[in-house]
Amino acid sequence: MALLSLEKVVGGYGGAPILNGVDIAIERSDIGVIVGPNGAGKSTTLKAIFGLLKVTGGAILFEGEEIANSLPDKLVPRGLSFVPQEKNVFTSLSVEENLEMGAFTRRDDFRPTRDWVYSMFPVLAEKRRQAAGELSGGQRQMVAMGRALMSQPKLLMLDEPSAGLSPRYVIEIFEQIVKVNAEGVGILMVEQNARQALAFATRGFVLAGGQNRFTGTGPELIADPEVAKSFLGG
Amino acid sequence: MNELIFFFNNVIVSGAVLGCVYALGAVGITLIFGILRFAHFAHGDMMTMGGFITFVLAGLVTAAGIAFPLPTGFVVLPVAMVLAALIALGLDKAFYAPLRLRGAKPVTLLIASIGVTLMIQGLIRLIFGTGTYTFFAEEPKRLIRIDTEWLGATRPIAMTEPHVLLFIVTLVSVVALHYFLTRSRLGKAMRAMADNPDLAQVSGINTQLVVRVTWLIAGSLACAAGTMLALDVTLKPDLAFNIVLPIFAAAIVGGLGHAYGAIAGGFLLGFAETLSVFNWTVLLRPISGIFPEWVSLPGNLSIVPTEYKLSVAFVILVITLLVRPTGIFKGASS
Amino acid sequence: MKRSLLLFAGLFVLVILVGLATGAPFTSRLLVEAAAYALIALGLNIQWGYGGLFNFGILGFIMVGGFATMFVSYPVNAAFWGSDGPMMLGRALLAFGAGALLVIGARRLDRFGITGKLRTTAIVLAWIFAYILYRSQIDPAAAYIESTAGFVGGLGLHPVLGWAFGGVLAAGVAYIIGKICLGLRTDYLAIATIGIAEIIRALIKNMEWLTRGTLTVTPIPWPTPLPQQLQTMGFDPSSSFVWARLGFFALVLIVLVLVLVLLHRAYGGPWGRMMRAIRDNHIAAGSMGKDVTGRQLEIFVLGSVLMGIGGAMLVSFTQILDPNSYQPINHTFLVWVMLIVGGAGNNLGAVFGAVLIWIVWVMSDSVSQGLFTIVSNWTEAIGWGAIPDITTRSVQMRVFVLGLVITIALRYAPRGLLPEVIRRER
Repeated sequence: MALLSLEKVVGGYGGAPILNGVDIAIERSDIGVIVGPNGAGKSTTLKAIFGLLKVTGGAILFEGEEIANSLPDKLVPRGLSFVPQEKNVFTSLSVEENLEMGAFTRRDDFRPTRDWVYSMFPVLAEKRRQAAGELSGGQRQMVAMGRALMSQPKLLMLDEPSAGLSPRYVIEIFEQIVKVNAEGVGILMVEQNARQALAFATRGFVLAGGQNRFTGTGPELIADPEVAKSFLGG
Repeated sequence: MNELIFFFNNVIVSGAVLGCVYALGAVGITLIFGILRFAHFAHGDMMTMGGFITFVLAGLVTAAGIAFPLPTGFVVLPVAMVLAALIALGLDKAFYAPLRLRGAKPVTLLIASIGVTLMIQGLIRLIFGTGTYTFFAEEPKRLIRIDTEWLGATRPIAMTEPHVLLFIVTLVSVVALHYFLTRSRLGKAMRAMADNPDLAQVSGINTQLVVRVTWLIAGSLACAAGTMLALDVTLKPDLAFNIVLPIFAAAIVGGLGHAYGAIAGGFLLGFAETLSVFNWTVLLRPISGIFPEWVSLPGNLSIVPTEYKLSVAFVILVITLLVRPTGIFKGASS
Repeated sequence: MKRSLLLFAGLFVLVILVGLATGAPFTSRLLVEAAAYALIALGLNIQWGYGGLFNFGILGFIMVGGFATMFVSYPVNAAFWGSDGPMMLGRALLAFGAGALLVIGARRLDRFGITGKLRTTAIVLAWIFAYILYRSQIDPAAAYIESTAGFVGGLGLHPVLGWAFGGVLAAGVAYIIGKICLGLRTDYLAIATIGIAEIIRALIKNMEWLTRGTLTVTPIPWPTPLPQQLQTMGFDPSSSFVWARLGFFALVLIVLVLVLVLLHRAYGGPWGRMMRAIRDNHIAAGSMGKDVTGRQLEIFVLGSVLMGIGGAMLVSFTQILDPNSYQPINHTFLVWVMLIVGGAGNNLGAVFGAVLIWIVWVMSDSVSQGLFTIVSNWTEAIGWGAIPDITTRSVQMRVFVLGLVITIALRYAPRGLLPEVIRRER
């Protein structure tokens, strides 16, 4: 049984659906990457999983249980975590407070988790008292990931984690994501840097028009001439 | 020296009194704005209502024959604050929550809050009439004098007991609020939600709970402000309706959504009002010797006539909105 | 269309019922005031319904209109014009002008290469100096006029001219406020306009040399024959009130219908289309090359003119200018309730809401008095004693009713009883 599986999911913001039958399956050991052209429903898929828009058809199963249309404060304790693309840190709160907010749903002592996050992103430990709004783009992305990891998720979902970052930071963020996955957290992310991201993906999903076009491991998809021609720019 | 004491008694003390009341009210308005994104107009009448709740409780206690060394109204204040906080929660459930659920715009909520203000005011007047009440019908309003002979003055520093209590209540509230916002999990969640409501939701923060806590805090602080104001002056149905605008001015001057800004804005406006209507001739007369012969001090040298005292707050508000609509303390946070 | 016919028919029946219950003199008065409020509500509908501008300073414009009609139509005060008063006021006016020039000059300093902090300091200094200059002239003038002539008095012109002047003066005030505030966000605009309205109220209340302040000015003449005049023409007292008020009502009604027709034509045309475009998406409208701020200012001024005229009519009708009688509840919030219940964006809705809410506002007093008496009799019968001060308390009932109406309307009919008709463009 997959950790997370989407079966023929249909949904949107009211009006015409944006998702017209998306299928996704992710294990805890996986790094899943969703790629596709603009308007394909990539970010929408993540939002649908996280209850931020209405799912009208199909099923979303997390550890075998239906979670479609559940709200985040129910999903986070179950082990799902989400890093939005934009405005993903509390700018006026300190780095440490940002992390603490990620642990809001936890009742137990979250300090070990915090130290674990700091060990993964040592630069955050240095700036723990600084307001998150004062950090650079790459560091903010780390704060955002750190915040999402504070709830000890089984699956971490990221919406274009590399957006707006300089190439050096893109590589660094991808390295961090692989590292997080190695610590036993499943990853499902949407990426514009498709080729780069698929290179380390254990599962790749090519979406277009709110539907799956191709599914396979990252390297398989990169090797597929049709995918390369239509979606990876040749 | 006597003139300075006079200045202290009439400007520093009354400015601080006004500042405390403004600050206590403005904090509630600014918190509600930060969390729920609308200008809560009924706050003034929540203050009045708090004053009346305390008044009724104090009446019950006095009727039971229990006396305290402190004003009874002050002693029962904590109970009244709890009641007022619960009422604030109820008001939200009954009138604002359904609109929020429908996804109404902030403007709609603002108009709804005017409806609530009218209902509270109507009910208070229906029950208590339009008369004036005092907390000190049965007990004396003590005056506190500090002898100043060691300063070479004959006039004492004087303030009433309610003034001192007001300072204490404000100080305690501000310190408690500070610790709540910076140390507690919920307080931090409140700041997080004011900062970025979408991310707060995504993080799994229980936004409903934060909203409830916001109302509890705003309601109890409004009750404290209303009660302390009524202890200082008198209790009447339009007690706070007239100062809700300066309170809004204080919240805006401090930057809506910033709790510390609201406190600073409250004191700024309080002092601005008292300083601008103060007759400066009083201070200048003793040193009139240093002016040349042809300068004669006018009898009244205040910056604005006393009738326009409240207008000072609005002028400052309008100037702030024009020059720095985000408040004068922007940059401190955000 | 069918809905509005039905609703207005219902309103007509309601007016008849009120007439039967309270008598003709009361009802005719109610109609005049309702019509004046309808004009004010139309003004708000232009600002909020058409333009999306959140004006919470209606009170200020109503007061300005009231002052204007008093100033124009009240008899000339010979004691003032025969004294040194005009001379001193002239000097104060000159000082005002000089101060204004100074401030404007300081603001233009950037043209001479003086910018930044230096210019800001100069502007602040100019303001301070202008203020001191003006105060040094106006204070003695005000004291002199108040002690010798009481106040400036009026111009003794026809009241209808006063109404017109009310509109003009409100337009002037609205232009200044609009210039200052229209760039603000909705809720800030609301608070700024409330603040300015309160400043206007404080001014009119305290400029005794001009308005007599709390001493009130009365009697202000009517544009139509007064009951007393009708009585000298042979009407008996009770019917003279009815006919005189109906005469006044006819005049107000003519203005109202004229305004409605003009608004209807303008709103259906290109002007109205542009206004809706700006309200619904001012960013898009701005990017299409529309002068958004200019249009918004236009709309703000236009709406305020109607509020000024309506306020002038109310003062003419009651014949008294009493600054203390102006309260945000009666003159700002009440109008908002009228518009929201009637339907923002719909002129007929605004008129309907104005009349309906005015009736509710006026009648809730006597209805609640009746209710109170019943409850009081009951409590007395079971030995709890009667409820004291029934009259003063029941007057307050309408404040509660108003609040209840507004919250119910927002919850169950957020677009009003006569919602805006969304025309399909193209």
